[in-house]
Order: sequence, then C-alpha cells, then structure tokens
Amino acid sequence: MAMLQPQSLRSRLQTLSKCVCDGARLMVGQGDYAAYAAHIRQTHPDQAPMTELEFFRNRENARFGVGNTSGFRCC
Amino acid sequence: MSTAIGRQVRDHGPWALVGALGAAALAIVASQRDETINALWVVVAAICVYVIAYRYYSKFIADKVMRLDPKRQTPAVRHNDGLDYVPTNRSVLFGHHFAAIAGAGPLVGPVLAAQMGYLPGMLWILAGVVLAGAVQDFMVLFVSMRRDGRSLGELIRAELGTVPGIIALFGTFLIMVILLAVLALIVVKALAESPWGTFTVMSTIPIAMLMGVYARYIRPGRIGEVSVLGFVLLMLAIIGGGSVAASPVWGPAFTFTGPQLCWMLIGYGFVASILPVWLLLAPRDYLSTFLKIGTIVGLALGIAVVAPHMQMPAVTKFVDGTGPVWAGSLFPFLFITIACGAVSGFHALISSGTTPKLIANETDARFIGYGGMLMESFVAIMALVSACVIDPGVYFTMNSPAALLGTTPETAAAAVTKLGFSTTPEVITQTAADVGERTIISRAGGAPTLAVGMAHIISSAIGGKAMMAFWYHFAILFEALFILTAVDAGTRACRFMVQDLVALAVPSFKNTTSWGPSIVATAIAVGAWGYFLYQGVTDPLGGINTLWPLFGISNQMLAAVALTLCTVVIFKMKRERYAFVTIIPTAWLCLCTLTAGWQKLFSADPKIGFLAHADRYATAAAEGKILAPAKNADQMAQIILNDRIDAVLAALFIGLVVAIAGFGIAACLKAWRADRWTALETDPRLAPAE
Repeated sequence: MAMLQPQSLRSRLQTLSKCVCDGARLMVGQGDYAAYAAHIRQTHPDQAPMTELEFFRNRENARFGVGNTSGFRCC
Repeated sequence: MSTAIGRQVRDHGPWALVGALGAAALAIVASQRDETINALWVVVAAICVYVIAYRYYSKFIADKVMRLDPKRQTPAVRHNDGLDYVPTNRSVLFGHHFAAIAGAGPLVGPVLAAQMGYLPGMLWILAGVVLAGAVQDFMVLFVSMRRDGRSLGELIRAELGTVPGIIALFGTFLIMVILLAVLALIVVKALAESPWGTFTVMSTIPIAMLMGVYARYIRPGRIGEVSVLGFVLLMLAIIGGGSVAASPVWGPAFTFTGPQLCWMLIGYGFVASILPVWLLLAPRDYLSTFLKIGTIVGLALGIAVVAPHMQMPAVTKFVDGTGPVWAGSLFPFLFITIACGAVSGFHALISSGTTPKLIANETDARFIGYGGMLMESFVAIMALVSACVIDPGVYFTMNSPAALLGTTPETAAAAVTKLGFSTTPEVITQTAADVGERTIISRAGGAPTLAVGMAHIISSAIGGKAMMAFWYHFAILFEALFILTAVDAGTRACRFMVQDLVALAVPSFKNTTSWGPSIVATAIAVGAWGYFLYQGVTDPLGGINTLWPLFGISNQMLAAVALTLCTVVIFKMKRERYAFVTIIPTAWLCLCTLTAGWQKLFSADPKIGFLAHADRYATAAAEGKILAPAKNADQMAQIILNDRIDAVLAALFIGLVVAIAGFGIAACLKAWRADRWTALETDPRLAPAE
C-alpha cells in the first residue's frame, strides 16, 4: 500500500497534466491526434490515418478555413 | 424514519450551509451603506449562489425538463470520426466551451453598469445567469445534442419553420455587424492618443506572423512552444512600448486619433480576413486564448489575495437615468447594458456549434452548459469588482463624454465633482501618470477603466506602483488581442453569411474558393461594421453611448429567440408543465428588449431616442444652425442620417423578436393541442451512421 501510493500519485499527476494539455489544445481547436489515429485503425483498418501534421492542418482549416465559422468567438 | 432524516441531512445539510453563507454575504453586501465593504463579500455571495443554483436548479432541469439519459448515444459516439465528432473528457470539453464563450462582453458590460453602483449590476448578473443565461446555454446544448449537433439556424428551421429560420439568419447577421463594430470601437477608444498601447497592440501582428511561420515550417504543430515564444515577445513589446511612448521621435509616430485608428482597423479587418489562417489568425488565436484564460485566473487570485475594498457606493443616484456614462433608467437599460455575464444570445451559437458534437455522455451537458455559463458570470462579477475598487471620481472621469468634461484635468475635476464624486486635477493627472498615459479623461468603452482596476488589483499583489503602468498595458493588450481575433474571425463568419444570403438569389455567389465573390462579400461585411464603427468613433457622446445599447438589445434578442426555440421544444416533448423554466426568462428578455428598443426609437429625450435626436438636428439644420459637434451642414446631415439608420436597426430588431415570438407561440399551441410527442429528435435507437 505504502509502495503503491507514490505511484498512484504520479499516475494521477500524469493524468492531470494530459488533461490540461488536451484542454489547452482543444481550446484552440486541436483535438487529440492519438485518439483519432486509434479510431481510424480500429474502424477503418483499410485506410491509413492522416499523419500528425496533416491532422494539425486539417483541424486548423476546420476551425477557421473557408466556409467555416466555428472559430468565431463570442462577445 | 430516523435513517431517512439522517439521509436528508447528509444530502442537503452541506448545501444548506453554503446557502446560509451566501445569504449572509448577500445581506452584508446589500445592507452596507456608510462605509466601504470588502470585495470578497461580493465574490463569496456570488460563488454561493452559483453552487446552490448548480446543485439544485440545474439538476431539476436535467432530471425533469430534459430527462438526460446516460445510456443514450450522443452525436460524438454515434458519428465518431476522430475529427469533428469525438467523445471528449468532460473537463477538457468544459475548457473548450468556456474558452469559446468568454470574450469582451462580460468584461465591458459590468464596467459600464457600475455607474449605478455595484449592487444593481451584481444582482442582475446573479439572477440573470441562474434563471436565464445558464438555462439558455444548457437548453440549447441539450436541443442540439439530441439533433446530431445541428446549428441554431438549422434547429429553428426544423422546429419552427423555414420563414422563422431565414428571419433568424438575417437577424444573426445584423447582430454580428453591431457586435464587430462595438468591439472594434472598444479597441479604438483604448488606443486613441496612446502610443504605448498602440505600439504593443500593433506589434502583435508581426509577432503572430512569426509564430505562424514557426508553427507551419520550422516546428509544425508545436502549439505550446510557439505560444511561449509569442508570450515572451509580447511581454517584451509591452516593456518596449514604454520606451517608444517616451521617445520624442517614436512617441508621436505611434500616436493616432480615433478616426485614424478607425480606418486602420477597417483596412486590417479586410486584409486579415482574406489572409491564410495559419499566418495570422490561428497563431493569434493561441495567444489570445491562453492569455485570456491566464489573465482571468490571475485576476481571481489577485482579488482573493488583495481583498480590495469597493470604493463605488452600492447604489448611486444615477439609477434614475441621469448618469453620464450611458443614458436611460435602470429598467430596462441596466438589463441591456449587462448583456453577457447574465445572459448572452451569442452563446446559443456556441452551444449549437462544436461543443454538442464532442459530448461523450448526455449527463455531461449539465456541467458544460450550465456550469460553463456560471463561470462566465463569475468573470463578469470580477469585472464589476475591478471597476468598483477604483476611486469613483476617476471612474466618472474616464467614462463621461468629453462634451461634459472638457479636455483638461481642471475642467474634468470640476465637472465630476459637480456630479457628486469629488476629485481633483492632481488625482486625474497622477492616475494618468501612474498608468503611463497622457490622459484618462473620457476614455470610454470600458476597457481602459477595467485596465486601471486590474492594474490597481494586480500591482497591489505584484510589483507595487512601479509596475502599475506595465499591468495597465498588459490588461489593454489582453483585451485588444482577443477583440482583434474576434474581429478577424467574425469578419470571416460574416463574409460566409453574406455569401449564403446572396446565394439565395445568385447561386454562383456561394463559391467560396473563387476570388470575386470572396472579395465582394468581405467588402460588404467590413463595410457594414466599418460604417457603424466610424459613426461611433465620430460620435460626440463617445459612441459607446449609441452602440452599446444597440448591441445589448441585439444580443438579448438573440437570447430571446434561442429561448423561444427551447420553449417550443419543451412543448413538443409534451412537458409543458415545466415550460416555465424557459418561458420566464423569454418573457423577461422580450419585455426588456422591446421596452428598450421602443425607447431608443420613440423616446422624446434626444439622449435616448434616435428619432428625437435626429429631429433636434433636423430642426436646427432647417433654421440654418449648426449644433456641436457638427462643424458644417454636411456633418449635420451625416448625424441625422446616422440616427435614422440606427432607428431602422432598432425597429428591425423589434420586428425580429416579435416575429419569432409569434411563430414560437403558434408552434407551442400546435404542440400543446397535439396528442403526442412532436419534437424532431434523432432516433436514439439509430445505429452508427457508418
């Protein structure tokens, strides 16, 4: 038990920092690439997922690009 | 029996204690008359109200009105594509949603409302968010989530009909134009005659471009790295701005008048919205988003540590409508002035935008929709505190129009003292020197006042008086940065709306990849908000006087439209016994906005009524007289035209809300008479779309 506690604290800190980083990225419209890649591999094994860079540009365009208004901020 | 009572005590006891603490704090805030109170009481009262409202009212809405079902598939699960539809951790999504709804509105409205004292504004922020604002955000999120994450316009078209849908689309465009004009006006008011502010805000453009190139070619996708780089450069720009302002050569080179800045912003809006997004918009979005969240957290910590006292009285004599900052009596104009922070129609666009496509579990909607808006309301409370901790004499010096104050510290001090808030020319000069500005007289628009308040609070915690000028310009930069991002992104959004609207007549206009329609539509969008911006900049009463109420009316009207949609959906679900949840805020918003709109149109007082103001100038023009600030007959004609355009706009907003309310009532009656459920939710049994 005493052995386990620091480890669980560390894993909790890791979870927290991943949460903060994911949150910060999603605030500017960048979703989770690992989750995307895992999803494509699982549901479309025949397709190659976009690379991390392609994913980044895809999300940038989805937020502000032509025809999209989702990046519009509130008053 | 005793175990049942024990459970009751366990379940509700802690919340009862929170309620008692909140009631005590509110009593202290409301009953203090002769001495100043600590701002922490305001903060404690607000937090207790939020906690109780979240625990009980949002749970009631979730369980009884919506019947959220944790087992039901959300759009994110059903359409999961790893891109637009992704089941997302609720804390992560909360951050995303909050960053999207928080903007300049909750910061500026409460600052302007402080002319009536802190109590009226505080009570409306709290009552408004609990019963109207958070309900709207939560309900729209729910309605969109049950319909594959569709947008507000599509939802209105589906549930109310095609005609209300088109009316709402057109109304949203008008509202957006007013919003962009008023946001740009805030920036102009903050930067006019301020070389330090102008230099730092202008330097964000090359900094953002450098970041853009870095994130595209040098280290692609490294948002964290590039944001730190940008942040460091921004801080250097603020420090450098002080030297620039002091320099005899560069100081005057960065000093611009309001109209000059107005034209620069119009040009900027046009160019920025057709540049590639990676070059300017996306990198500045990183900076503005992270700076915004960081500053909000910093301000909260600052208030908690410094525990400043409120210098503004709880209620001033200006509740009767004679205040210098904005015209009109407490009802309806206080409820128009504090738009965001209590209830904001724009949130309906966000709650039916990306957020509903990312919710992993239906029950998360309560935390994200209702909770997110409570957080936004807390930002408004902090803005109110910031405006009320500064000396009321300084507050009225900064926010009253030049027509009342004159332009020297002596005339301003005399005028403000005459208003009943004693101040001296020395205080005015010293405050300007403290924040590194030439003058603080008539710096209307909310941003400079908020910046002085924030500088006051943060410098008490870090840096003392020596750092006050730095914190002031930091606060100005923080506001200008996300306003410029909104202007840029909003101009793009307007341009696509123009292309959609024109395409109803000329289908080829919708082609967003060809240059012709893009440039024409951008020019229309920029021209529309630019017109109102120019009108505001050259307005003798400071512009905010005219434009902020129009913006408030339009924003609250959009909220009324969104809440009407929610009411219709409740009726269609045959849960009309709970429809009071949305009917009460809808009715209140309609009452406020229609009264305010009517007074803006027909009030005989030229300070309030657009038509009365136009008549006054028209009568004078007919007699060959020139009324200040017009200097010749052309300017007289311009003022009359502006008034009449504003009047048409107010009339359009009234027509819009009456039409949607009419369609809404008809749809409710039809649903009420129907013998079954008629709402158009996506079938929960549908298999995934792929």
